[in-house]
Amino acid sequence: MSELWFYILAGMTVAAATGVVMLPNPVHSALSLVATLFLVAIHYASLDAHLVAALQIIVYAGAIMVLFLFVIMLLNLQTDPDESPMNATAAIAAGAALAIAAVLGRVFYAFGTSGAGAELPEGFGTTKALARVLFREHTVAFELTSLLLLVAVVGAVVLAQRDKHDARVEPVEPVEPVETEGQG
Amino acid sequence: MMEPLATPAHYLVLSAIIFCIGALGMVVRRNLIVMFMSVELMLNAANLAFIALANRLGNMDGQTIVFFVMTVAAAEAAIGLAVILALFRNKPTVQADEIGLLKW
Repeated sequence: MSELWFYILAGMTVAAATGVVMLPNPVHSALSLVATLFLVAIHYASLDAHLVAALQIIVYAGAIMVLFLFVIMLLNLQTDPDESPMNATAAIAAGAALAIAAVLGRVFYAFGTSGAGAELPEGFGTTKALARVLFREHTVAFELTSLLLLVAVVGAVVLAQRDKHDARVEPVEPVEPVETEGQG
Repeated sequence: MMEPLATPAHYLVLSAIIFCIGALGMVVRRNLIVMFMSVELMLNAANLAFIALANRLGNMDGQTIVFFVMTVAAAEAAIGLAVILALFRNKPTVQADEIGLLKW
């Protein structure tokens, strides 16, 4: 009975992921991606990863998707008539993707069923358990993550600002008369 | 402990399928933002595989890795969208095949 629920949720996930790739309007793709992220969060929760499921919704479906929709609407993207997903290249690519999915799925299934599964320890997947691993064994990596985010913030600001030379012409001008006054 | 809906192997197969859909989107689509969303799809597929194997092995390291992958994905989204904005300012298009300035 519970397997039936898995197949329903998995089918919805695959349908939403296909929507991301196939829908011609980028806004529809983004909304389809939000649905995919929520469904993946449900899969996380059913695998006892409760904190990661909550983070998935807050970080991905919240922050990252808002950024995507913001950029799509800022650039005012319309549905592109040239973007027809149904041509020869797309058909070949879809066939190749299907073949790779079949092979990868078979290998993963064999990998997932080999040997006996471990008994889950008490409190597996809770915030406490994740924090214990994160701050005892991966402290350096955690601190480096803050450096990565700092670099990303600075990089995003530098990349997204207007052309430096255009932006700085106006503030520089009032400085010049001061220099000539000093010389005079 | 909640009983998983299916065995971790089922979730691994699902992650393989989602990954291939993301890779397909990367190849077929020409819109930079949709290609970017396909990358997010592939990252999520990898995360799902990590979570499934963490559950199977009873080891929290898999969930910790997902935490780091999410951080990298957030940084990647911020930088990537800033790059798309900077590109759009120079040439008002987001079609990957129209941006070939370095090609001769």
